[in-house]
Amino acid sequence: MGNVLVFAEHHKGKFPKSTLVALQAGKEAVGKLGGNCLAAVVGSGVEGAAQALTGYGLTKVLVADDPALANYLADVYAAALAQIIKAHEVSLLIATSTAIGKDLLPRVAARLGVGMASDVVGINADGTFTRPMYAGNVMATVSLDGAVKVISIRGTAFDATQAGDQAPVEKVTLSLDAADKKMRFVSFDEIKSDRPSLTEARIVVSGGRGLKSGENFTTYLEPLVDALGAAMGASRAAVDAGFVPNDLQVGQTGKVVAPELYFAVGISGAIQHLAGMKDSKVIVAVNKDPEAPIFSIADYGLVADLFKAVPELTEEVKKIKG
Amino acid sequence: MKTLVTVKRVPDPESTIRVKPDGSGIVTENVKYVINPFDEIAIEEALRIKEKQGGGEVVLVSIGAKVVSEQLRTGLAMGADRAIFVACEQELDSLAVARLLAKIVERENPELLVMGKQAIDDDANQAGQMLAALLGWPQATFASKLEFSADQKSVQVTREVDGGLETIGFALPGVITADLRLNEPRYASLPGIMKARKKEIKEISVSELGVDITSRLKIQKLTPPAKKQGGKKVETVQALVDLLHTEAKVI
Ligand SMILES: Cc1cc2nc3c(=O)[nH]c(=O)nc-3n(C[C@H](O)[C@H](O)[C@H](O)COP(=O)(O)OP(=O)(O)OC[C@H]3O[C@@H](n4cnc5c(N)ncnc54)[C@H](O)[C@@H]3O)c2cc1C
Ligand SMILES: Nc1ncnc2c1ncn2[C@@H]1O[C@H](COP(=O)(O)O)[C@@H](O)[C@H]1O
Repeated sequence: MGNVLVFAEHHKGKFPKSTLVALQAGKEAVGKLGGNCLAAVVGSGVEGAAQALTGYGLTKVLVADDPALANYLADVYAAALAQIIKAHEVSLLIATSTAIGKDLLPRVAARLGVGMASDVVGINADGTFTRPMYAGNVMATVSLDGAVKVISIRGTAFDATQAGDQAPVEKVTLSLDAADKKMRFVSFDEIKSDRPSLTEARIVVSGGRGLKSGENFTTYLEPLVDALGAAMGASRAAVDAGFVPNDLQVGQTGKVVAPELYFAVGISGAIQHLAGMKDSKVIVAVNKDPEAPIFSIADYGLVADLFKAVPELTEEVKKIKG
Repeated sequence: MKTLVTVKRVPDPESTIRVKPDGSGIVTENVKYVINPFDEIAIEEALRIKEKQGGGEVVLVSIGAKVVSEQLRTGLAMGADRAIFVACEQELDSLAVARLLAKIVERENPELLVMGKQAIDDDANQAGQMLAALLGWPQATFASKLEFSADQKSVQVTREVDGGLETIGFALPGVITADLRLNEPRYASLPGIMKARKKEIKEISVSELGVDITSRLKIQKLTPPAKKQGGKKVETVQALVDLLHTEAKVI
C-alpha cells in the first residue's frame, strides 16, 4: 500500500470540521490498509495555515502554494492534486463530500484514469468500501481497481480526528500550465448566519412545506432554532418554494446530517429527505398528519398543528435552558 | 449553439427500491423508469438556450440497453432535435460512461454539454466532472443559473455550493451539470409527442467507439440498510420536551 493523501479543504485558511473528519478517515485507512497518512493543503499564501494541521499524527503536511490556486477552481485544483499524487506515491485519495469535494475528486480521478467511490461510509479491512445508493435504500460494498483509488467520504460517518504526533510541513512544487487554468472565479454570494453550520451542529431543526412561507420560518421556526442553539435545515420543497436558501436543503441531493437531535417540522418524510437525516441519533417529528411517513422513523412523534406546537415548544425549551 | 445533453434511465424516484435476497442487484419488477430528474432539468435548460438564442441544436445521448430509447423519445417530445443511443448492456461506472461520452463529443463537436449533477440510482455525482477532465474542458457543477455572453462564446454559471452561491466563468466549450433550481422542466406536449416519433435516434455500438469500458468501480454486494424503527407518539409538547430532557437527554 502506498500513501493515503487527504485533501484538506480550507476556507480562507481555516479548516472546518469536515476536513478533520477526512483526516480521521485517512488515519483509519492507514490503520486498516497500511501506508502513511499525508494531508494536502492547496491554495495561495497557505503555508501559515497549514501549520494548523501539524498536530494530528500525520506523516507529512504537504503545501501546494501558487497564486493560481487563490480561489478554488476545479480545473487548476485537479491539476495540482494529480501532480501531488504522482510525486508522493499516493494510492488512496480522500476528501469529504462537501460541495468542493464532490466537484473536485471525480475530476482528479479521471485525470489519473482511475475510478472513484462517492460518499463512502465505511473503509473495510479487505480494501473494499461501503457506500449508499438509491437515496440510501441500498448499501453497496464496492471495490476499486487501479494504482490509485479515489474516495469521497460522508462527513457524518467519521469523527473529527484527535491530536497526535507532530508532522513536518513540506512544500511541493507544481507546474500548472494554461490548459489547466480555463476557469475563472467571478464572485461568491455568501449566506451569512450566526448559527452553527448545518453539518457541524449538535442539534438541527428543519422545516418543510408545512411552514407555508419564508416569513413563517422567521416567526415560528427560527425562535425554536435559536432557543436550542441549533442549525436550521429544510426540505427540498421549502427551498424550491424560496422559503429559505438552497444550502439548507437536507437530503439525497442536499446535505447529509447526523446530529444528536433532529427536528422535522412540517416535513412529510419523503425517502429523499430521509436519505439526508435518518442517521441522526434522536429524531423528533412535528406533523399534523398522523400518517406522515416521517413518523415511521421518528423516535418521538408529535401529531399537532405546527403553528400551535412550535411556539409552545420554544417556550418549554427556554424554561429548561433557564 | 449546439448542445449535447446526457440522459440516463433510472427508477422513478417515487418507487420503492428493494435489494434482491442474494444481494446481486435490486428488484426491478414493478419498477417504473424515467429520465433521471437532473437530466430532465438539463434537457429543459438546453431547450431554453436554443429558444433564447433563436437557433442551434439540442442532441440527446443515452448509454444503456435498448429500452433507454423510451427516455430518449420523451426528451425528443420535450423538444430536443435528435438523439444518439449507445448500446451497452453491461453496468458501467461513471468513468466508463465519461469515456464513451468523450468519444461522442469528439464526433459531434458540441459547444456545450449539459448533464445532470447526479444520477439518482448510483448517486455517484461523477460523470460530468470526469468527462470535463477527459476533454480538458472547464466544468460548472451544481448550476442554478447560466448567463451567456452576447457573442455566445463564454458563459457565467451560478453554482449552489456550501454557504452560498458561487459564480464562475469560462470560454466555451464546457461542461455544465444541472442542480434542482436551474429550471422547472416542461411536460411534453401532444404535438411534441407526435413530432418526436419522426425524430432520429441513431444507434452506435461500443465497439464502433473503441473505448475500454471496464468499470474500475465494481459492486461486490448490495445489502438493505439498517432499519431505523419509529418510536413513540407523544401527546403534548410538554411531554415531548420532558422526554427529550430526561429520557433522551439531548436538551
Ligand atoms: C431528484 C430528486 C431529489 C430530491 N432531493 C431531495 C432532498 O435532497 N431533500 C428533500 O427534502 N427532498 C428532496 N426531494 C423531494 C422529496 O421527494 C419531497 O418532495 C420533499 O422532501 C417534500 O418536502 P416536504 O416534506 O417539506 O413537503 P410535503 O411532502 O408537501 O410535506 C409537507 C408536510 O407538512 C405537513 N403539514 C402541513 N401543514 C402543517 C401544519 N400546519 N402543522 C403540521 N404539519 C403540517 C403535512 O402534513 C405534510 O406531511 C427530491 C426529489 C427528487 C425527485
Ligand atoms: N448511462 C448513461 N447514459 C447517459 N448519461 C449518463 C449515463 N450515466 C450517467 N450519465 C450522466 O451523468 C450524470 C451523472 O451521473 P453519475 O455520475 O452516475 O451520478 C447523469 O445525470 C447523466 O446526465
